[in-house]
Amino acid sequence: MAELVAVIASTVHPFYYRASTATGEDRPPFADEWVRKVEAFRETLTRANPDVLVMVGSDHFHQLWLDNMPQFLVGKAPFYDANWYNEEREFGLPRMVFKGQEDLSSYILREGLDAGFDLAFSNELRIDHSITCPIITLRPQNDLPIVPVYTNIFAPPLPQPKRFVELGRTIRQLVESWPSDKRVAVIGTGHLSLELGGPRQFGPHGPDPEFDAKAVEWIAGGDIEGCLSEVTLDSLHKPGNATHGFMDFMLMMGVAGEGEKADYVDTYDLFHTMEAYFTWYPRGGRS
Amino acid sequence: MSKYLLNKFLFTVDRDPELVERYREDPRGTVEWWESTQANLILNCHGGEASTWLRFEDAEREALAAHDYVKLFEMGAHPFLTLTLFIAMFERDYEEPLGFQKEYARKLAHMSLPYPDIAT
Repeated sequence: MAELVAVIASTVHPFYYRASTATGEDRPPFADEWVRKVEAFRETLTRANPDVLVMVGSDHFHQLWLDNMPQFLVGKAPFYDANWYNEEREFGLPRMVFKGQEDLSSYILREGLDAGFDLAFSNELRIDHSITCPIITLRPQNDLPIVPVYTNIFAPPLPQPKRFVELGRTIRQLVESWPSDKRVAVIGTGHLSLELGGPRQFGPHGPDPEFDAKAVEWIAGGDIEGCLSEVTLDSLHKPGNATHGFMDFMLMMGVAGEGEKADYVDTYDLFHTMEAYFTWYPRGGRS
Repeated sequence: MSKYLLNKFLFTVDRDPELVERYREDPRGTVEWWESTQANLILNCHGGEASTWLRFEDAEREALAAHDYVKLFEMGAHPFLTLTLFIAMFERDYEEPLGFQKEYARKLAHMSLPYPDIAT
């Protein structure tokens, strides 16, 4: 069976690419420390020596639209082109191409359907910064095949938080039962408190530092029960109007497991939203 | 009220570089053209299979024609779509980094929780 060698949860900051590649006067003062933290985080994936990456993210109204909106979608294609015109325009992100791990996509779709998740699928998916940003930060050589998993954290009605946790648990089971000798890492990106297009956006810190501190504690401690007891679809409006992206962190807590403390935790307080990086090495996953 | 149609306008304009410029330069004309020729197109379907029932209400048409992103927020247009498109059109007019984004926040400062419902 395949081996789950690392579980990684990260915030997704589309400005990292531009900040980290800027030079001279264009380089923001926070860039050097940000790069240092990202490179240390990257090392946690490198050390796990994965063959395949399952990438959990969310389409930001690029390919998925309100006339046909899936809640959870798995890509199944030999390749994925990536990044969109409006991401090049706003964030300076480069065009990218990924190789797909189609047999794992097929396995997750078939077994996921049979496990009670009515997963949508796509055979031609252009992926966006929710997946390209963690590749840029964690695996910039982009040399590993991926299985993209998209969640709807964006266009209500959304699935309940507990459903994200359950999907994470299911992904874990499916990766570990996949008949393959591959080493798999599951990487997911979400948000801490975040406001987009509202009065609290682009402040000197994230819109709700208190929520962020609590969220980091839940994730780092694997406290799924505590997190689920406080987080609801309604409560997530309070820390910021785009904070429903936190549910992708909850999905990753589901992958990591109840009570599983993260082996690596780091945060970086930036303008607009706080960065947070977590890595778990499941039992036997250390190389 | 058609939050869906407001979002459809923002979505289809934002993903098309020519339309972004056209909407910046001629908002009223672009909204009129879009409503009369594009609003009912089902994406990925040819024109013969267009919808028949989508139109803006007067206040919605006016908010788009006036580039009034505060009004769009109040109407429950999806804030991500509005923000992304308006950054594309107006960030360039501000000297300071994030100058437009910060002004945008200030203009919405009167809004408090709960924000307008964005469900479509």
